[in-house]
Amino acid sequence: MVLYLLQRIILLVATLVFASVVIFGVLEVLPGNAAQVMLGASATPETVAALARKLGLDQSITARYFAWISGLARGDLGLSYAYGSSIRSLILDRLAVSAPLALIAMALTSVIALSAGVFAAARRNRKSDVAIMAFSQLGLAVPNFWFAIVLVLVFSVWLHIAPSGGFPGWSAGLGPALGALILPAIALGVVQAAILTRVTRSAVVDVLNEDFIRTARAKGVPRRAILWRHALPNALAPILTIMGLQFANLIAGAIIVENVFTLPGIGNLIFQAIANRDVLVVEDCVMLLAAVVIAVNFLVDVACAAIDPRLRRRSA
Amino acid sequence: MKDQSFFKRARNNPSFLCGASLVGLIILAAALSSVWTPYPPAAIDIPHKLLAPSPAHWLGTDQLGHDVASQLLAGARVSILVGVIAVGIGVVFGVALGLVAASAKGLVEDAIMRLSDFAFAFPALLLAIMLTAIFGPGVVNAIIAIGIFNVPVFAKVTRAAANGVLAREYILAARAAGKGPVAIALEHVLPNIASTLIVQATIQFAIAVLAEVALSYLGLGAQPPVVSWGRMLSEAQRLMFQAPRLAVFPGLAVILAVLGLNLLGDGLRDLLDPRLRARR
Repeated sequence: MVLYLLQRIILLVATLVFASVVIFGVLEVLPGNAAQVMLGASATPETVAALARKLGLDQSITARYFAWISGLARGDLGLSYAYGSSIRSLILDRLAVSAPLALIAMALTSVIALSAGVFAAARRNRKSDVAIMAFSQLGLAVPNFWFAIVLVLVFSVWLHIAPSGGFPGWSAGLGPALGALILPAIALGVVQAAILTRVTRSAVVDVLNEDFIRTARAKGVPRRAILWRHALPNALAPILTIMGLQFANLIAGAIIVENVFTLPGIGNLIFQAIANRDVLVVEDCVMLLAAVVIAVNFLVDVACAAIDPRLRRRSA
Repeated sequence: MKDQSFFKRARNNPSFLCGASLVGLIILAAALSSVWTPYPPAAIDIPHKLLAPSPAHWLGTDQLGHDVASQLLAGARVSILVGVIAVGIGVVFGVALGLVAASAKGLVEDAIMRLSDFAFAFPALLLAIMLTAIFGPGVVNAIIAIGIFNVPVFAKVTRAAANGVLAREYILAARAAGKGPVAIALEHVLPNIASTLIVQATIQFAIAVLAEVALSYLGLGAQPPVVSWGRMLSEAQRLMFQAPRLAVFPGLAVILAVLGLNLLGDGLRDLLDPRLRARR
C-alpha cells in the first residue's frame, strides 16, 4: 500500500504540474499583450507599458510561471485587475456558493444512482429494470442546463414554489440559502445520476454472477443483505472510479447551471473575469477547479485501492 | 454471408433501429435545411414576433420573428457539422497516436498513454470554455476545443484494441513475411479495430453535440446569424415568462439527437461485438 500510495502521489504532483503548464500556456498564447488586452484598444502605449510592468509581463515566461506557481503554493493568488481586491478572497466568497452546490448535487447523484442501480440489477431484465434503464438512457441525452431551465419553468414560473435564480447569501439563514441551491442541485444531480445508475447496475450485475454470491444465497442470507452487504461493497471500486471521473463533469456542469440560476459562484466569477479580461482570475479559477478534480480522482484511486487490495497489486 | 446476418440481426435490435431512425431523421433535417426551410432561418420579422404555433408557423416564432421550425432545421446542420469535424479531429490524431503507441511499445507507449491520462483528469468543458473565451467565440473555435478532447479518448481506445490485435498470430505471419510496422498497422490492425472505433465515434459524436449546445448556450459557440440549438436556448431563457415553449423545442431536438446517437452506439456495439451480447 505504501508503494502504491507513493506512486499515486508522484502521479498526482505530475498531473497538477502538467495542468498548470497547460493553463498558463494557453493564457500565454493570448493574442497580443495581456496588458493591452486588459486595457482595450484605446489605451496609450505608456499606460499599457506601465500595467505590463505592474503585472510582471516584462519578465521572462519561465520567471512568470514560477512566480505564479510559487504564489499559488503559498496561497497568494495575486490581485484581481478588475475588482482590485485579492483573488483569494474573491474565490473564497464564490466557493461558499459553488462548494455546497457541488456537494448537494453529488449527494443527490449518489443516492439516486446507487438505489436505482442496485434495484435494477436485482431485477435484471424485468419491467422495472427496463424502465430504469430507459430513464437513464433519456437522462444521458438531456443537457443539464436545459433540465435546469425546465425546472425553473415548472417550479418558479408555473408553481411559484422555488426562486427562479439569485442567491440571498448564507447570512439570510440556512432555509432561504439552501432553497436557492436546491433547483440547481437537482438539475445537476439528476442528470448526472443517469450515467452512474448504468455503471452501478452493470457493476452489481457482474458481482451478482460471482460464486460467493451463490454461496451466500445457498447459506440462506436474505436477498436484501446479499445486495447491500455483499454485492454493492464489492461493486464499489468501478462505481467510485466513475464518480471521480464524473466530478469533472459536475464542476463544468455547475459553471453552466450557475449561469442559468444567476448564482454568484465560481462559474459566474470565471465568466465575469473573461468579460473583464481579468486574465489572472481566469487562470487562478481554472487552476483551482482543475486541482479539485485532480485531487478528487487521486482520493478515489486511493479509496479504491483501500477497498480492493487486488488493485494495489496490479499496479505496483 | 456476414453482411446478410448483420442486417438480419440489425432488424431485431431495437436500440439500433431506434437510434438509426432518430439519427436518420436529424441528418435528413440537416440535409433538408441546406436546400429548403419554411422561412429563411435568420430572417427577422418583427411584426410577426412571438406567434404561437399555427399552420403558417408550425412551431411559432421567437422575439425577433424568426420561424422556430426553420431554426430547428438549420440548427441540426450546425450540430452535425460540429459533431463530424470534432470527432474527425479525434479520430485522425487519436487513432494515429494510439496506433503508434501500440506498435512502438516501451517508452513511446508510456509517454502517449500518460499524456492522455492527464487529459482525462482535466475538466474538458472547462478548458473548452477557456479556449473559446481566449480565441474568441465561434463555431470553428468551439469545434477545435471539443475536438482536442476527443484525441486522448481515441488514442486510448485505439491502443487497447490494437494491442489485442497485435497479439494475434496473423500479425506474426505478416511480420515474418517482411511487412513493416506501418503496413501492419494500416493493413491489418486498423481494419480489425474499425468496429470498436465506429462505436466510440458514435458516443463521442453525442458528447460533441452536447458540448456544442453548452458552449453556444454560454455564448461561446455559434454566433449570430449562425443558428444553433444552444443559442436558441440561451435566447429562449430570457423570455421564459412570456414564451416558455421557445425553451422547450430546441431542448427536445437536442435530446432526440443525443438519444439517437447513444442508442445507435449501443446497437452497433451489440451488432459488431457478439462477445458482449453473450454477457448481457
